[in-house]
Amino acid sequence: MTIEKVIKLIAEHLDMDESEITEDSTFEDLGIDSLDAVEIMMETEDEFGIEITPADAGKSVKELVEYIDSKLA
Amino acid sequence: MAIKILSTGFYVPEKVITNDDLSKMVETSDEWIVQRVGIRERHVSVNETAADFAIKAAESALKKADVRPDEIDLIVAATISSDTVCPTVAGTVEQAIGASCPCFDINSACSGFIFALDTAAAFLQRGGIRHALVIGAERLSKLMDWNDRSTCVIFGDGAGAALIAPGENYLSSHLSTQGGSDVIKIPSYVGVSPFYEGVAEAPTIFMDGQETFKFAVNKIVNDIKYVVEQAGLTLDQIDHVVTHQANIRIIEFASKRLKIDIDKFFINIDKYGNTSAASVPIALSELEDSGRLKRGDTIVLSAFGGGLSSAACVVRY
Repeated sequence: MTIEKVIKLIAEHLDMDESEITEDSTFEDLGIDSLDAVEIMMETEDEFGIEITPADAGKSVKELVEYIDSKLA
Repeated sequence: MAIKILSTGFYVPEKVITNDDLSKMVETSDEWIVQRVGIRERHVSVNETAADFAIKAAESALKKADVRPDEIDLIVAATISSDTVCPTVAGTVEQAIGASCPCFDINSACSGFIFALDTAAAFLQRGGIRHALVIGAERLSKLMDWNDRSTCVIFGDGAGAALIAPGENYLSSHLSTQGGSDVIKIPSYVGVSPFYEGVAEAPTIFMDGQETFKFAVNKIVNDIKYVVEQAGLTLDQIDHVVTHQANIRIIEFASKRLKIDIDKFFINIDKYGNTSAASVPIALSELEDSGRLKRGDTIVLSAFGGGLSSAACVVRY
């Protein structure tokens, strides 16, 4: 499932526990700044083999997952 | 191939601007700048030009190697912020130090020093040159919009120089340019022609931070892997990594993706900010002065920036 992979990736990047991140978490809630966002997008590209920009990613875990799924569909 | 580095030198102007100083000019804070960029202070010029910095950096390199100005047969300077279009920074250095040789400037923005080093290496390869001075010198403070908090906190002034001679210590290099103005742009002074109908743009730095970050990390990672392989080496055989000092987080993320320990990366962005073409030679010179660099060590240099340009090379010290 995309959601589990995305949560794992963000948790590793921010050095947080996966349980602290949910589908409804916004990037702002998680304290993700503009450069964290680029780093997470680059790791997302590697993980899913897609191209993604910070603008594509939306503002929350849910929006990011939806974008990835739309690219993979 | 072609060259060896005999010595390096650097110079930064005396005036220091701290993050607290900047927070009185624009809406920013020490915490924000340190966290996002990794800069604590930068040096800015009060009355010296980029060429003045270059002269002092060059003199320092010459003194360390005990080479006389009349033994210099080429001076190449990288700059985007010369205070004169002509004479060049390189030519101004020639006159000041009392050399007599061909001199020219190169513009490849923040990658400029490695472009200049590679150019000088090609001249040395051709033969007939005893020593060359390669310089990166910038007075970026003149290219900034000091009301724009997203850029004015990032840059600083200074110069670095390397004195090179024929040798076998330039193991590989790679230069690239991806032309375009979407990500980084610095317009020139538009001039006063009564015939020109183009629109004048402010001659200050525009930069898309997120796109620059992505470009930078990808280039550092791919260029370093490529030049190390071209040199017939593996990443674990590299003793020191000296990258362009643009943002501490670019360096940290590149270190993570390359799986090269961050301790091998020389970092001085906290003291000088991003000095464009001057940053790699200033860092190299501080590394030389630190005592950590030993003869025979393998160094990879990597830079990226406006152009968009990128460059990397492997040198044996």
